[in-house]
Amino acid sequence: MFLYVASLLALAAGAALSIPLFSGRWRWLGCALAVVGSGLASLAGLSSLVGGAGWDLVLPWSVPMGSLHLGMDGLTALFVVPIGFIRALAAVYGGGYFRKEPNFRRASGSWFFYNLLVLSMLLAVGARNGLLFLVSWEMMSLSSFFLVMFHREREDVGRAGLTYMVAMHLGTAFLLVMFLFLSAGGGMEFDSFAPAAGTASVIFALAVLGFGTKAGLIPMHVWLPEAHPAAPSHVSAVMSGVMIKTGIYGILRVLTFLGTPLPWWGWSLLLVGAVSGVLGVLFALAQHDLKRLLAYHSVENIGIIALGMGAGILGVVYGSTPIAVLGFSGALFHVVNHAIFKSLLFMGAGSVGRAAGTHQIDRLGGLLQRMPATGSAFLTGSAAICGLPPLNGFVSEFLIFSAGFLAVVSGGPLLPVGTVIISSLALIGGLAAACFTKAFGIVFLGFPRSGDAAAATESNRAMVWPMVVLAALCVTLGLAAPWVRFLLEPAVSVLLPDPSGAGLLGPVVAALWGISAVGAALIILTLALFWLRDRVLAGRIVRVSETWGCGYLAPTARMQYTASSFAQPTVNMFRMFLRPKQTVKEPDGLLPESASLHTHTDDLFRERLYVPVFTGVKRAASLLRWLHQGQTHFYVLYIALTALVLLTWRLW
Amino acid sequence: MERSWSAVPVLMALVMSPFLFSVINRTKAFFGGRRGQPLLQPYADIAKLLRKGAVYSRTTTRVFRIGPVAGLASVLAALALTPLGPSGALVSFEGDVVLFVYLFAVMRFVTVLAALDTGSAFEGMGASREVQFSALGEVAFFLGITALAALTHRTSLSGILDALGNSPEVHGGRPVHFLVGSSLFVVLLAENARLPVDDPETHLELTMIHEVMVLDHGGVDLGLIQYAGCLKLWVMASLLAGVVLPAGSVHTVASAAILPAGILALAVLIGVVESTMARLRLVMVPQLLVAAGVLALLALIVVPG
Repeated sequence: MFLYVASLLALAAGAALSIPLFSGRWRWLGCALAVVGSGLASLAGLSSLVGGAGWDLVLPWSVPMGSLHLGMDGLTALFVVPIGFIRALAAVYGGGYFRKEPNFRRASGSWFFYNLLVLSMLLAVGARNGLLFLVSWEMMSLSSFFLVMFHREREDVGRAGLTYMVAMHLGTAFLLVMFLFLSAGGGMEFDSFAPAAGTASVIFALAVLGFGTKAGLIPMHVWLPEAHPAAPSHVSAVMSGVMIKTGIYGILRVLTFLGTPLPWWGWSLLLVGAVSGVLGVLFALAQHDLKRLLAYHSVENIGIIALGMGAGILGVVYGSTPIAVLGFSGALFHVVNHAIFKSLLFMGAGSVGRAAGTHQIDRLGGLLQRMPATGSAFLTGSAAICGLPPLNGFVSEFLIFSAGFLAVVSGGPLLPVGTVIISSLALIGGLAAACFTKAFGIVFLGFPRSGDAAAATESNRAMVWPMVVLAALCVTLGLAAPWVRFLLEPAVSVLLPDPSGAGLLGPVVAALWGISAVGAALIILTLALFWLRDRVLAGRIVRVSETWGCGYLAPTARMQYTASSFAQPTVNMFRMFLRPKQTVKEPDGLLPESASLHTHTDDLFRERLYVPVFTGVKRAASLLRWLHQGQTHFYVLYIALTALVLLTWRLW
Repeated sequence: MERSWSAVPVLMALVMSPFLFSVINRTKAFFGGRRGQPLLQPYADIAKLLRKGAVYSRTTTRVFRIGPVAGLASVLAALALTPLGPSGALVSFEGDVVLFVYLFAVMRFVTVLAALDTGSAFEGMGASREVQFSALGEVAFFLGITALAALTHRTSLSGILDALGNSPEVHGGRPVHFLVGSSLFVVLLAENARLPVDDPETHLELTMIHEVMVLDHGGVDLGLIQYAGCLKLWVMASLLAGVVLPAGSVHTVASAAILPAGILALAVLIGVVESTMARLRLVMVPQLLVAAGVLALLALIVVPG
């Protein structure tokens, strides 16, 4: 508790001080306090998870219905740890990222909002009062909006910011109604929530809509691919890595208020998860912008998490505790893992962007030779996000897969549940591998495709070290699978109807040991074989030459496969969903001068769902525009008329 | 049988796997009216490659050099998870099938990256096709295993194969064996770069998948890649043989011989397929793999109980 409060104070101080101290010697203070505050929060969460001690803190607050009621339990702690840890590393990275930023005032404003965002996220996951939760939720949306708007002079950033703002507030609208339903029985304290009979399903639907918007579940995901590329990279890293996870936290927390779940809750999460996962990765595959690609991958990973949650809920529904435990623990561990590798990948993308001046994948190439540290870290993150052993992503996906297999073995109504989980995870895994071999292969391998990429140099140490730490963590958590359960069990027990605490993951311990052993063996074997190969080659002739080009000896960078060509067969295979647009200028005549091919994939839901709906709303609203005369006496007249109408209605 | 005996089939896989390619070659020679190469030719090829030096493209990085060894290491790890007979696998746990599939994903990941590392358009082309087809193949494979898990109520590879051979309750599952077996066979052909998906014979880069990805590898690296390919075929073939043949239901000494015989029979079958079929057009390959997935799904539907 002490650590947690100290971290909140440090962050508040960081926010307060970074504005007056925007120039001069102390301008690093905002960044430093963000690091300290976030680090303390992470320790607070960790100590609660390891020590197993929760706490409650009620402070006086003179707001009707509200109270400054903070609490810590397994679920909160599991979200606080990555929030604090990733935030601290991203702040270090941000310090390096802003080092050459000429606009001090803007950078310090950014640190103000950064501190505020961490503060509001910690409050949101710690809140035990509905009003406090909503206030921190709104603070979170607003401060992240200003962080996204850092490069506000760019037109695309403005558009992204607007989309983000509208999406967040639509989501919050659902949450307001949800809290009204929840507090029907009494106050806004979480402990006193007692939803009226029959409203549980409504509350659950509102929670999925409202929190799903924050988390980025399809079809509420449209803000993600806009906002993430627009923001500075350390901001994208924390938004994608940890902020969207507060949506997952919200859904899970609301589940604890609702008692025994109904089957359709689990099914809906399962299906939304499968759709988000598969479409998320497909849209990612079709992107040309590295950060946009990563943003769509967040949709995919939130889908995987939703699959796990769906399995967990259905496990509870059908009375199978092992399935529930595996589903929930897989989802929660994937929350942590995704926070690690996604922020790593966004940092890598930012590092690439700083060095080469672009995020366009087809303008990059050959960066591994020029930026070895960024490249190796990005490679680790790519392998981890594809769920490859021996890294952490595999372990969480394994837990969800196991829930699926257990469901299949249980049979009955659970058989289709397991089949959906296994087949969608399998497809997602294969496509994710396609997507990240493209992202890493085209950006970091081969020849540079532009002069800027050829001139790229490694980023400064403040940017490189956070990536190295995160990459090391990917490996460590993958190999330390058997121990991770001690961190997951307190959180999972919050979600089960009859919490039994420790030993929940006991049945899979043997499997986790197996994974850990095979993973270690894989690493050792690779190193040993590599050493052996080096020894064997040491005494022989090793020459360096050109890449084989069928006898052609002057290959150029333009002859390489590009990201677009690499992804084309797969994108074409799924053109039903992706609807890629192509502009072709074919070579014409006997001596053709030029030819070009341009491909672009818009977001299906943005184009087919939101644009028509919002255009309709705008058209309807414009029908009433003649009422707005802009002259005061007209408005006075409206008020008088309204008052008159109300009066007559009342007197009737 | 005791656990200590598990090492014998592993050794057999390590030694015998290149021999599968001789069998395939001999079968094709028979159909083509030729004599075929000596039976030990694949061993000689690998041995020759391992004695060579190396030529590296100046574009390549360490990724290119790690690719072949990491690929071989992942197949070896997968081998440890494969039940190669009645004694089960070296390492076995509930859900090990997921790790098994993902180890092949690791192999593919490093191979594809090594291909992209050269900056060659040919290798990019092969890599692009490889990731496209394997995504579909993986789904078919997982669905097949799901059907077997539903049939046997086990979730480890050793458990599934053991139950398929021994338990009386699975005998109602003959159609399941057949459907899953055919699905797995298609996946095996696709994953091991055989006809009708890929053509291991041609060196016309535009039509190839796997061979074109390793165009720039030579010497020791190529030797390691070829050996890893042999092991991969052996591992998948032994899994398929375990599904189709009721090895566990007979005496253990006999069953120890049944499985290798089944694997060799499978190699003959591959040779027959390659001699009698043409390679599919690339746009048709996804349909074949989706069909394999549908077969596995059918198997899941007809699982009794």
